[in-house]
Amino acid sequence: MNLGFALGHMMAQASNTASWWKPIQASSHAAAVDNLFNFIMYLCFFFFVLIVGAMVYFVVKYRRKGNGPERTSPIKGNHRLEIVWSVIPTILLVIIFAWGFKDWLAIAVVPNNAMEIRVTGQKWNWTFTYPKEGIVSSDLVVPAGQPVKLVMTSSDVLHSFYIPDYRIKRDVVPGRYTVLWFEPSEPAVHQIYCTEYCGTSHSQMLSKVKVLDSAKYEEWIANGGEEGGASAVPLADKGQKLYESRGCVACHSNDGSQKVGPTWKGLYAAQRKFADGTSAAADENYLRQSILVPGAQVLAGYANVMPSYQGQLNDKQIESIIEYIKTLK
Amino acid sequence: MTQPSSSHASSAGHHHPKYLAHHFESMAQQNASGKLGMWLFLGQEVLFFSGLFLAYVLARIIYPETFLAAHELLDWKLGALNTIFLLTSSLTMALAVRGAQVNSKPQMFYNILATLVLGGAFMVVKYIEYSHKFHDGLLPGHFFDATKAMHNGQLANIPGAPAIFFAIYFVMTGTHGLHVLIGMGLMVWLLVRIKRGDFNSENHVYLENVGLYWHIVDLIWIFLFPLLYLVR
Amino acid sequence: MESNRNNAPQSAHAATAGGSEPNYINAHKGIWSWMTTVDHKRLGLMYLVGVLGFFAVGGIFALLVRTQLLGPIFKGASGKQEWLFSGDTYNKLFTLHGAVMVFLVIIPSIPASLGNFFLPLMLGAKDVAFPKLNLMSFYVYILGGAFLLFSIATGAIDTGWTFYTPYSTTTSASVISAVTGVFILGFSSILTGVNFIVTIHKMRAPGLTWTRLPLFVWAQYATSLIQVLATPVLAITLMLLAIEKTMGVGIFDPKLGGDPVLFQHFFWFYSHPAVYIMILPAFGVISEIITVNSRKQIFGYKAIAMSSVAIAVIGFLVWGHHMFTSGQSELASAVFSFLTFAVAVPTAIKVFSWVATMYGGSLRLNSAMWYGLAFLFLFTIGGLTGLFLGTLSVDIHLHDTYFVVAHFHYVMMGGTMTAFVGALHHWWPKMTGRMLNEFWGKISCFFVFTGFNLTFFSQFLLGTKGMPRRYATYLPEFQTWHQLSTLGSYLLGLGFFITLCYMIQSLISGAKAPRNPWGARSLEWETDSPPIEHNFHVQPVVKHGPYEFPEIDHSMSTGGGH
Repeated sequence: MNLGFALGHMMAQASNTASWWKPIQASSHAAAVDNLFNFIMYLCFFFFVLIVGAMVYFVVKYRRKGNGPERTSPIKGNHRLEIVWSVIPTILLVIIFAWGFKDWLAIAVVPNNAMEIRVTGQKWNWTFTYPKEGIVSSDLVVPAGQPVKLVMTSSDVLHSFYIPDYRIKRDVVPGRYTVLWFEPSEPAVHQIYCTEYCGTSHSQMLSKVKVLDSAKYEEWIANGGEEGGASAVPLADKGQKLYESRGCVACHSNDGSQKVGPTWKGLYAAQRKFADGTSAAADENYLRQSILVPGAQVLAGYANVMPSYQGQLNDKQIESIIEYIKTLK
Repeated sequence: MTQPSSSHASSAGHHHPKYLAHHFESMAQQNASGKLGMWLFLGQEVLFFSGLFLAYVLARIIYPETFLAAHELLDWKLGALNTIFLLTSSLTMALAVRGAQVNSKPQMFYNILATLVLGGAFMVVKYIEYSHKFHDGLLPGHFFDATKAMHNGQLANIPGAPAIFFAIYFVMTGTHGLHVLIGMGLMVWLLVRIKRGDFNSENHVYLENVGLYWHIVDLIWIFLFPLLYLVR
Repeated sequence: MESNRNNAPQSAHAATAGGSEPNYINAHKGIWSWMTTVDHKRLGLMYLVGVLGFFAVGGIFALLVRTQLLGPIFKGASGKQEWLFSGDTYNKLFTLHGAVMVFLVIIPSIPASLGNFFLPLMLGAKDVAFPKLNLMSFYVYILGGAFLLFSIATGAIDTGWTFYTPYSTTTSASVISAVTGVFILGFSSILTGVNFIVTIHKMRAPGLTWTRLPLFVWAQYATSLIQVLATPVLAITLMLLAIEKTMGVGIFDPKLGGDPVLFQHFFWFYSHPAVYIMILPAFGVISEIITVNSRKQIFGYKAIAMSSVAIAVIGFLVWGHHMFTSGQSELASAVFSFLTFAVAVPTAIKVFSWVATMYGGSLRLNSAMWYGLAFLFLFTIGGLTGLFLGTLSVDIHLHDTYFVVAHFHYVMMGGTMTAFVGALHHWWPKMTGRMLNEFWGKISCFFVFTGFNLTFFSQFLLGTKGMPRRYATYLPEFQTWHQLSTLGSYLLGLGFFITLCYMIQSLISGAKAPRNPWGARSLEWETDSPPIEHNFHVQPVVKHGPYEFPEIDHSMSTGGGH
């Protein structure tokens, strides 16, 4: 039991810093989930010690000693004991169920004042669309202390949207909308994972939640989804960020190595041979078309597997990516 | 284990019928085992088809208008004819089992033959229906061809997901048809064994089991017919 | 009946009772006699070889997966992302590990190999009810396995063993052969189940009443019920999946108007009961091992027998707990969560009863018992951690993380496989006529136990921290635990390798086994080791329960029990 209490204390203190085994508590749900987690954990420690302790004690006490005739107890059962160890676990299990159900309702029911953000999962990146402001972003940027409602869908296979620090997760399903909500407590950055297996780069379908204070958030909105002034960063650098965050990296290398799609190294202005036998130089128009309508001109030797980024990248972002490609010589 | 003598199994010279397998004690035990095994297998069959019925129900909940429109393209008259074939064949099957119980070889033989012929007639009608569907492009999935889907001489306009309706139609009737074919194969085997004189009032558990199988195939059709052909 | 005079050879057989009648292994010679055998013991042995072979294959996949996870830290686009295997190769490895282990190893492990061998023996029967059907099940198993292996040869599958749509309908074509393989394997499972139920109902020896059945038989009975009733649903699901993939039907594909969550319902309606197909026979094994080696009546025979059946029944109603985050309705999730807790009660009763059985006994700590105790330790952890996952709010955090991976490995590997290896130690003398080396048995058990805990306890911590499953690369903060886990997996592999070595040694030069080395009371120990072809020289008649050992002192107080 000592170990149990030690672990429990370690966890109880670990509310706002990540412990060695628990993520931080960064949303309104996190503390509730952790409290129940702890309750179950203590119960488990108790029953584990009870069961394994009894087992070890019996092994030591009743192990066969010597070769003499051994006598054993004729006991075949004990109704009272059997009822006790059926009823007590049943009661505890009902308590756990009810507690979990109560907390889960809080996770499932979205408050009315939540701001809405659209989430699209796609092999292998996340896109966040702010419907009122018309902003499209690869990171989820939200103001602190404000409930946020995510309306999620997938454009290909199943994904699952998971933020451990908030203790929330929901599958992202093609052809229907699923909903998730949370209230971030203070400005911070949190990890987003995809937790429903989705193929080659499933483990790289990562993104971040950036929680800003309300002033910084307003500034971010005003800048059209750019941090610290739009002009401050060169386009090519922005393009590189998009390359990493929007999933281009899963299929296109930037160093000439072979992946699912052609490499971007030396791509700009190179002569391209297409599957239909035609060829052309990779200029801005070709690159733009390849991002928006990938199936229009498929490079010879490659399969037509790239999804369209129509509606997921705005003009400025496409421009940045093209500028980035230009730098890869 | 009805006879007390059988408790010492292989002791010399006791009653041991010809059809009794070496690992059973008595014909009663062997027959009861055979029948229980068959019932369990039929339970498995019901669960197997229940998955298909579930898919049907869910698809119909999502696309009621598709089912309403698409069922018009199935010929309920042919379906009804097939229902009559199968119901009659269940009767002849039962008569064949009765034949075994009264030790009448001709009654067994001709009733199984009749069941086989009726099963064959069912498959012929199914073939006519299927070839009609193939001709009209009423096929599952991306084989569905809306430009050929004719109804009463004009192009049928099926709302929703006709490809799913016809997938369910073909999977359900196809799986059922496969069961009919397997049943017919079993009946050919029965005919050979009846000719050989294998079955009598004491030993006819095989005949009875094929009968049970045939009844479940019939029963499944009784559900399929209204669900697919008589949606309205 | 005048046609009954052809039993002379059999009577002659019986006349040699107790003499040098050949055992089932050398009664017939040649490979053909094995390939066409309808003897349940030979079939059990053939299943055993098949299961152990596939266990080695699945184990190698597991070690490759763990080796990959030593160090593939995701460093963003600029860094090197691939460590040992590419993402695609890794995905195929974990898929094959899962598919081979679930469908070819754990599901048939205890029922098909030990069940086939011992069920008729324990019942005092000459064979299972349908011996030819039994042979057919074996070939169906081999055929299914061949299809699954064929999918490896044709480029391997990368869907995970769960075949979720729409990923599985859009990825490589070898999914078809894999799914066909699993479809076929299902029928092997169904036919075995039918065979066992009929055998238990109709083939019991005189005097062997239902309450005198060894608990292994009860567990097999409950397992068989699930096999017969749940497996056909998997068959139809996979058939629909294959049709969907080949014809683009769209029942499960939202692009064509279908519902991807429907597939999950179909899949788990089988696959959750399948978890009980995997664990219930292990419960049966543990009931035997602990009782025989405690030299006592089992504590609460009826409660243990009935809880197996209860688990089998309730197990059909909990499939939705795999789908709390999937988008199924809130009401459905709540109901499934409640029923999940309901299934925990009979499981808890079993564990308590096993521990209580040891009270007042005279424990023989042989290697089978070591494995039995290891089972109790590991399965207790596996069962208790299930509570976290059955709880609605907590599962939202833990679903699809390493916590789930750790939980089901504690149950399936720490539970079923530990019991399976324990059962091999317990019944090896009867099957082969040779004893196993006790010293090395304990050494291997130590390595398996230590390695297992290191491998999978680390994964509880990873999961709680938020590490998602099926990741080929991960963030740096997870590395330490991953490396510990991999280290543990090597110890685990070593433990099983030692087991393999002394099993081979036993076959070559092991000490000859007596009829009943453990002094057990169930019928399989009343025939020769190894048994004769028709099992018993004389039809046994049962006059006592399965656990009435001579050591039991009826003059002692039972402390107010029955």
